[in-house]
Amino acid sequence: MLQETSKPAIGQGFRLQWEPVQNAHVLLYPEGMVKLNGSAGEILKRCTGERTMAEIIEDLEKAFAAQGLAKDVNAFVAFAVERRWLELRQ
Amino acid sequence: MSTEAPARVRPAGTSPSSRTETASRADAPPADVDGAAAHAPETAPPRANAPGPPLWLLLELTYRCPLHCVFCYNPTDFARTTTELSTDDWLRVLREARALGSVQLGVSGGEPLMREDVDVIVAEAHRLGFYTNLVTSGVGLNETRIRALKDAGLDHIQLSFQDSTREMNDFLSSTRTFELKSKVAALIKAHAYPMVLNVVLHRMNIDHAAEILDMAERMGADYVELANTQYYGWAWHNREQLMPSRAQVERAEEVTNAFRKRVGERIRVYFVVPDYFENRPKPCMNGLGSIFLTISPDGTALPCHAARMLPGMHFPNVRHSSVESIWRDSAAFNRFRGDSWMKEPCRSCPEKAKDFGGCRCQAYLMTGDPANADPVCAKSPHRHLVDAALERAERPHVEEKPVLIFRDARNSRTISGCNG
Repeated sequence: MLQETSKPAIGQGFRLQWEPVQNAHVLLYPEGMVKLNGSAGEILKRCTGERTMAEIIEDLEKAFAAQGLAKDVNAFVAFAVERRWLELRQ
Repeated sequence: MSTEAPARVRPAGTSPSSRTETASRADAPPADVDGAAAHAPETAPPRANAPGPPLWLLLELTYRCPLHCVFCYNPTDFARTTTELSTDDWLRVLREARALGSVQLGVSGGEPLMREDVDVIVAEAHRLGFYTNLVTSGVGLNETRIRALKDAGLDHIQLSFQDSTREMNDFLSSTRTFELKSKVAALIKAHAYPMVLNVVLHRMNIDHAAEILDMAERMGADYVELANTQYYGWAWHNREQLMPSRAQVERAEEVTNAFRKRVGERIRVYFVVPDYFENRPKPCMNGLGSIFLTISPDGTALPCHAARMLPGMHFPNVRHSSVESIWRDSAAFNRFRGDSWMKEPCRSCPEKAKDFGGCRCQAYLMTGDPANADPVCAKSPHRHLVDAALERAERPHVEEKPVLIFRDARNSRTISGCNG
């Protein structure tokens, strides 16, 4: 269950990296690749397993001078957890 | 079933068992995503002069293989290939391809572990930023080697099985490997690798789909690929014996869906559809020369691991040309880019940007011309050839039982008329 105190991390077997040729972050996994759009990349690169959801959202709002990102970020993280791109630590 | 495919680059299963998935597995653009969070894939077909990067690099390190699978996609004349690139050549290929944007690496064969330098190759690939996939029969994988590969940075292991039963596994591969493979599966999990279990399906094992899935679950597989045989290479020669009936395919799909429902996201099951049963072709390799690059054991560069069979093509070799010039400039890689090579009904077809006319190798094998529409397409004037094969598969059983041709060097020399 996703909570403010959850600490998302890149899922086992997945790897996030920046690909200059594609000008995008990509998520790599067995025989597959997801090319991420800008916001997905920004969220995933903050999912280090050390920061809580609350901290990640705060950091994103600061970085992009935006407010009220929680809903979108939560929705994306839930979506990513479902696909095992992310796993939640407490 | 194709909804599962888009999130994966599907190169070929290239382990002995999975060779036949070949083309069908390269059918999804790697840039694709199964969710709202990412970009839609490029929709325009690549222009001939501006190909995107070869995102998928497949190294077929060797054609040597201890198994003799009857559905192997390797060329039937593989015995003609007697030379293999040196370690240094492979490392150079890695560096050049990575600079072009290759990011997924398949290390395959033959059985790649027949070479002693797999860990050296994996280490360099890892250092360069590739996601490294070892595609293996499991033969040759022991504690020492799996540890060395882990240290080298290997990301994932795809292990092939031929069936859930020892009898069929060993029969189809013409080896006694079932127990060994089971041990290797445990070893892979013990070393915390993500594991893809790959099983090529056909008439003789497709009714075991439920047992195969249960076996995968017991072994702790993270992904299962049930890859219906695609008919190239050895599988083409054994098509009569391998083609399932429609009822068999439908049952296997039902079983797969029930399994998916039960295990949810815990195990991902990819069901590679047998394209003869469809009425539109697979977008094979996302179009030749679009995202996929194979380097075969002797250094020949191919836009698909089955493409060596295509007539009138001079495939360049990495011994003589850089990966960049091969990918961007060679006639062979430009031959089927874009759509100017297409004939009718593809040329004026609104779906040509979706399926790229299907598979060039299948068009060649069945119609004699690789520029024809893939005969799987219901719009193809050659569709009757596919239907005839399907019809034969509906017979109670093939009356005059043709003999299976096992993949070995002697049969290779016989088929290719090379007795040297």
